[in-house]
Amino acid sequence: MAMLSSEPNEAPPAELPRASLILRLAVIGAVIAGIAGLFAYAGGWFTPNALSPASMINTFEKVNGLHPGFRRNHAKGVCISGYFESNGRGVALSRAAVFPAGRVPVIGRFALAGGQPYVTDEAHTVRSMAILFRLPDGEEWRTGMNNIPVFPVRTAQGFRDLLLASAADPATGKPDPAQMKAFLASHPESAKAMPLIGNHPISSGFDNSTYNSLNAFRFINAGGAAVPVRWSMVPVQPFEPISNTDPGKADKNYLFDALIAAIHSHPLQWRLIVTVGQPGDQTSDATTAWPPDRQQIDVGTLTIDRVESEDTSPARDINFDPLVLPDGIAASDDPLLGARSAAYSQSFTRREGEHKEPSAVSTAATKQ
Amino acid sequence: MSTPRAPSQFALQSRILHWLMAAMLLAMLFIGVSMVASLGDYHTLVAIHRPLGIVILILAAVRLANRLLTTLPPFPPTMSHQERFMASSSEKLLYGLMFAMPLVGWGMLSAGHYPIVIFGPVHLPPILPAEPMLYAFLRKTHTILAYLLFLTFLAHLSAVLFHTLIARDRLLDRMALWPIRSRQSKG
Repeated sequence: MAMLSSEPNEAPPAELPRASLILRLAVIGAVIAGIAGLFAYAGGWFTPNALSPASMINTFEKVNGLHPGFRRNHAKGVCISGYFESNGRGVALSRAAVFPAGRVPVIGRFALAGGQPYVTDEAHTVRSMAILFRLPDGEEWRTGMNNIPVFPVRTAQGFRDLLLASAADPATGKPDPAQMKAFLASHPESAKAMPLIGNHPISSGFDNSTYNSLNAFRFINAGGAAVPVRWSMVPVQPFEPISNTDPGKADKNYLFDALIAAIHSHPLQWRLIVTVGQPGDQTSDATTAWPPDRQQIDVGTLTIDRVESEDTSPARDINFDPLVLPDGIAASDDPLLGARSAAYSQSFTRREGEHKEPSAVSTAATKQ
Repeated sequence: MSTPRAPSQFALQSRILHWLMAAMLLAMLFIGVSMVASLGDYHTLVAIHRPLGIVILILAAVRLANRLLTTLPPFPPTMSHQERFMASSSEKLLYGLMFAMPLVGWGMLSAGHYPIVIFGPVHLPPILPAEPMLYAFLRKTHTILAYLLFLTFLAHLSAVLFHTLIARDRLLDRMALWPIRSRQSKG
């Protein structure tokens, strides 16, 4: 027979003594249990209360209620599209394919911060602009920006604490001031950021708001030189302050309706302004602004000429993960960036598998 | 002399592929389970997970071709018919998962409207249309297959440890990276 090991001259191993057999079985069991245990540990099974993408999104669901099919934050929004026309001045800073002079198509979304998709528009609610630049060779640059000057928290833990501190108390229906006081006491960086956010002038609508990246990134040019940057979309539409008579009470969607009407009457434009940090500028703290004298470079103009309800736009099913970046743009050491990427992914995975309810900002409204 | 006979070990390239991919697959499983639970390191881990998955897909194709073209060492006589059937079945399952995991991952990113970035400007085209429910289904499938792969790996490891420590039939010699002289070749 061809079986090698069945050679008659090869003696079968002697039978193991009972103690040795048990010991060897125990070793096998320990090895397998050890590997399985390490796997479970890596997956966070032994630390169910640790901050994780799932616990972060659970907090949103706890604070806002569960709204299947919608983003867990920035839930109320409308989709837009248009193009970005680069003037070529960004090339010196970044080799990203978005910066050579020319035009790239964009799709995006305007939204209000918060996890309630049918909330009434309020002038003081944080407004966001999310943009996806479709680069010529199939790369993408996704960025989500807010109309506040600095971010209220520095870390994901801070963000979760803030969410819980500002949640409505079920007894009163209002946030508990003691909770907020305790939050600010334990997060001095937030205590410094809040007045900057509160004193920042708010514009009358989405169309004349400035949207800031808040987090720092790195631009890397063709020579491999990296600089820390932040960017802003600065409106070409002139700033107008919010009117004293807030029409929000009359029209739930007044901010969105005004945006839709504006885009229908003429394209809206923003200049993409890149602020270049200096060595020593803090890149890991979104609660602090860089000194105002930092170099600012206008790298091109964003034109938004179409608006579409989430019900029909592909932008509904796009995760505006701030770390979907083209070659030439990279993350900084800001801890919020990775946390945003992870939490957005969790929110995306949950909502994509859920039945979709119509958006508050409906197609009928956007068609006029 | 030169009479053809069954080899005592897997072919050298088979053994190299086996241990290389074992390390990669195990790393991949741990990266995968860590990253979905991590806020801080998620992005860094995903940036390793994606290209490593594609490398595994390429190596799986190389390995399958190699598997079909090489002669295998025989099972040791200590293995019963049922055991041989289990070994062959789990081998097929592992090969299937080596292809399925990266393909489902690639398809899932395609369905989820993500660019499939490998490194720098290098990226892959989508292999499926962008479709929310398809993304959700594939995302779940990716997790389930990962657990199945991990369990199959544990079963495989248990069986090898059993043969090595209890049956002591030198089963592991067949896959050792260094050459093992069979007793027969001395004679």
